[in-house]
Amino acid sequence: MSLENFNKSNHPSFINSSNGSGRGLSKRIIPCLDIKDGRTVKGINFESIRDAGDPVELAILYSENGADELVFLDITATIEKRKTLVELVKRIAANINIPFTVGGGISSVEDVALLLQNGADKVSVNTAAFKNPSLLKQLSNEFGSQCVVLAIDSKKEADSEWYVYLNGGRTKTDTKTIEWAKEAVALGAGEILLTSMNNDGTKNGFALDITAELSSSLPVPVIASGGAGSMEHFKDVFDIGKADAALAASIFHYKEIEILALKKYLSVNNIRVRLK
Amino acid sequence: MVAIIKYNAGNVQSVQYALQRIGVDSIVTDDMASIKGADKVIFPGVGHANAAMQYLRDRKLDQLIVSLKQPVLGICLGLQLMCKHSEEGDTNCLGIFDEQVKFFPTSSSADQKIPQIGWNNIYDYHSVLFSGINENEFVYTVHSYYAALGAATIATTDYIIPYSAALEKDNFYAVQFHPEKSGKVGEQILKNFITIS
Repeated sequence: MSLENFNKSNHPSFINSSNGSGRGLSKRIIPCLDIKDGRTVKGINFESIRDAGDPVELAILYSENGADELVFLDITATIEKRKTLVELVKRIAANINIPFTVGGGISSVEDVALLLQNGADKVSVNTAAFKNPSLLKQLSNEFGSQCVVLAIDSKKEADSEWYVYLNGGRTKTDTKTIEWAKEAVALGAGEILLTSMNNDGTKNGFALDITAELSSSLPVPVIASGGAGSMEHFKDVFDIGKADAALAASIFHYKEIEILALKKYLSVNNIRVRLK
Repeated sequence: MVAIIKYNAGNVQSVQYALQRIGVDSIVTDDMASIKGADKVIFPGVGHANAAMQYLRDRKLDQLIVSLKQPVLGICLGLQLMCKHSEEGDTNCLGIFDEQVKFFPTSSSADQKIPQIGWNNIYDYHSVLFSGINENEFVYTVHSYYAALGAATIATTDYIIPYSAALEKDNFYAVQFHPEKSGKVGEQILKNFITIS
């Protein structure tokens, strides 16, 4: 068969490519671990691990139970203690066999070089990139867009528009989320990690409207974050929110939802996921 | 000893860690004699084809790689550089494989974005590299360019179009995905490569 004349609509492998069977890129489930001084911050609830505060032990457990990727968000306050992050990245890279992203307080090419050299697959940048958008261009030129994730903390205001917030959600800006996301992608962001502040912590579901708006207007993958409380919320964020990946923290840490069970549910509901 | 070719593209450390996890010692090096004398050579890489080829030519690593006689495994950009030509920066590559490297065509489906990032299936194997690997296993992949299907294709993945997930010719092997980040499946593929005699 000539590839030039290849008609994908007639190829059997494409007929099922948009649902839970067949072949094709799958939707990703990403647990997020908050790190402070090299330890996980939020309490976790696993009987099978010895040290609930050790991010590496938790990371291994997640990777063995169906997580597609991991995000480590460093919330360490002081620069001195941030050095523990590099040591941690080294230990994670040596011990887990799935991709992982490191974020939190990253503001320079040097910061990123150090994390990537020590084994991080991607980095996520937030406030520093907003204040200095050329950082995105520098990072994508130096390391490639594939490892540059732009994190946006977003809040829907009374005018029904979504705005960008900085400094962990403490500082409001007048910039609309969609505008910043488009600019960031043009500068070289390879993925968008969108957190809805309205939904975060509510367990009432993801922000479907802004997720869908970003996902359908951007050429890069969108990771939805904030609000996961049930398996149905994940189904909705993929079906209605058009997300490429979904991130959650506490519902996984407290075992309210197990990743393998979630993926089986999604698969039954015709969403392509990686099952073992 | 396995030599991992050190160059300015990508995260070679991850490959070394993955080999460690399956109990295989390796060195990361750009020393000609060490590469030539290794039992196996791994040629990894993430980055831009043009910049990477320039780096290899400057150090004459391009001539070295094509002259190697032991099993060689290219990963991701490594696979693309082992092909004849890449559309990325209109780059002439090593020419080990005749397959052409092209940019993904625009998809009619809005959910097929470029780059492809995430887990996709591999199937239709024609190599010992995939011994013990079930049809349609998931592997982790990140790329905007792909090697077309051709004579050297030993595994296929579908994304917008079907493309070469892996290539093989003589002692040269290459995978578009990242076995070092593909869980147990990736580890088995690395083990298979290591045990090629």
